[in-house]
Amino acid sequence: MREEIFKVTANDVLTDNVFRLRLEGCTEGIRPGQFVNIAVDGSFLRRPVSVCDVSENELTLIIKTVGKGTGWLSNLLPGDYLDILTGLGNGYDVTSSGDKPLLIGGGVGTPPLYLLAKRLIEEGKSVRVLLGFNCADEVFYEGEFEELGCEVTVTTVDGSYGEKGYPTMYLPEDYSYYYTCGPLPLLKAVYDTASSEGEFSFEERMGCGFGACMGCTKKTKKGYKRVCKDGPVFRKEELIWED
Amino acid sequence: MGRLSVSLCGIELDNPVIPASGTFGYGCEFAELYDINCLGTFSFKGTTREARYGNPTPRIAECTEGMLNSVGLQNPGVDAVINDELPRLKKCFSKPVMANVSGFSVEDYAYTCAKLDGEEQVGWLEVNVSCPNVHGGGMSFGTNPAAAAEVTRAVKAVTTKPVIIKLSPNVTDIVEIAKACEDAGADGISLINTLLGMRIDLKTKKPVLANRMGGFSGPAVFPVALRMVYQVACAVKIPVVGMGGVSSAEDVIEMMLAGATAVEIGAKNLVDPFASRDIISALPETMNKYGIENLRDIIGGAIDG
Repeated sequence: MREEIFKVTANDVLTDNVFRLRLEGCTEGIRPGQFVNIAVDGSFLRRPVSVCDVSENELTLIIKTVGKGTGWLSNLLPGDYLDILTGLGNGYDVTSSGDKPLLIGGGVGTPPLYLLAKRLIEEGKSVRVLLGFNCADEVFYEGEFEELGCEVTVTTVDGSYGEKGYPTMYLPEDYSYYYTCGPLPLLKAVYDTASSEGEFSFEERMGCGFGACMGCTKKTKKGYKRVCKDGPVFRKEELIWED
Repeated sequence: MGRLSVSLCGIELDNPVIPASGTFGYGCEFAELYDINCLGTFSFKGTTREARYGNPTPRIAECTEGMLNSVGLQNPGVDAVINDELPRLKKCFSKPVMANVSGFSVEDYAYTCAKLDGEEQVGWLEVNVSCPNVHGGGMSFGTNPAAAAEVTRAVKAVTTKPVIIKLSPNVTDIVEIAKACEDAGADGISLINTLLGMRIDLKTKKPVLANRMGGFSGPAVFPVALRMVYQVACAVKIPVVGMGGVSSAEDVIEMMLAGATAVEIGAKNLVDPFASRDIISALPETMNKYGIENLRDIIGGAIDG
């Protein structure tokens, strides 16, 4: 974990309530599937946001406006500064992917899969991506995944764009491993339907984001784990689903 | 003795700053970030006789200038703390640590404290008496003077280490409870634990916390905490450890003027992991600004007579 100051270089609208921040600052050590925790004016707690992309001096975050804190972030302008804790959480295990990994994202669970896809493509893997949204207006990043060289399928619940239904209805025949991030019903559907081993990225309300407060504990087969420090990525065999 | 040093129940602290229980784990997360030997000490995560999972999630809610938590004393149990956490701590912290203990019966408290009494690195026992007494039908030890005194006596009987009783602010008269603990042999009083609070999500129209209610902490509670520290410090002769919303060197000084011998930092550690270190660094300059030579000279300075 590091505490760094980032400068906003761009704030782009992706959909009605999803925006993308490009931030300039130190991105040392940030891995796919990790998250950052952003100090937000007018809020006591920081806001945890998954990492969409990093390059040498640029951090990219995609955020959905859901409340006051994310609302404040959505109004940032180029030149504004942010205090961010970086390098939080375990991240995805890129070494488990096999040759034909499948990435399954739902809604704003899609962004962390982007940096993962980039790393897997760099390692010469053949990456398939399934992205699920509610409707055409909510779709984002299909083109960006394609530009990386992924084979992309988009689904919408109402069929207004791509395939109609849910990502799990369009699982390919053949994949070596999967990585997923999205709303709980999607994660559960992936757990129930996908045939290979895989990894799941979870969301939880957090206090600190670095393992100190026990605010975001999750029960697993390997005991009680902190989503922020031991997760947010958990392997399939660790998971326990409770209603 | 340095300008910042104070003595807490006979043990010298390099400075009065103590990260509060529940906001600092067992120290190792913070030791990865900076040398935690700069701290006066810290109070480790509330430890019980058996391992506890705690409450269902969500356990955290945002508030104006503060937060709610309903963690529910998640901890690995006293044996794991002694076997795993304390040996790990020894490698990164060379000072006496404050052991925070909770229980659900008088026997629980005595059992856990007796075990920790055997640990060399434990300097003080901070006994949290604001948990539900399952034996007494949901009544809290910390909301009843006689029950708080009973826990104090039971713990004092099994340890030679200083015993600091941590009090709940969710009571009508905290002074009465503090005095009962002092009469029962407590070596110090720490306060305040969190204030019981609640938030409701307007979208779901349900409580944000799975446990419905939780403990409110953060800068918003500072004036309430300060008032209670002042009231207790006026009424007891034993040292008082002040906490509740402390977020700056100025807050530390204010707490000490109200009667605190040492000051715990809680919620602030969670949003700024370097907060306790930075508050210690800022103390000398802040003392200069207000004409304070030595911190130990200002304890209770705002109390009349």
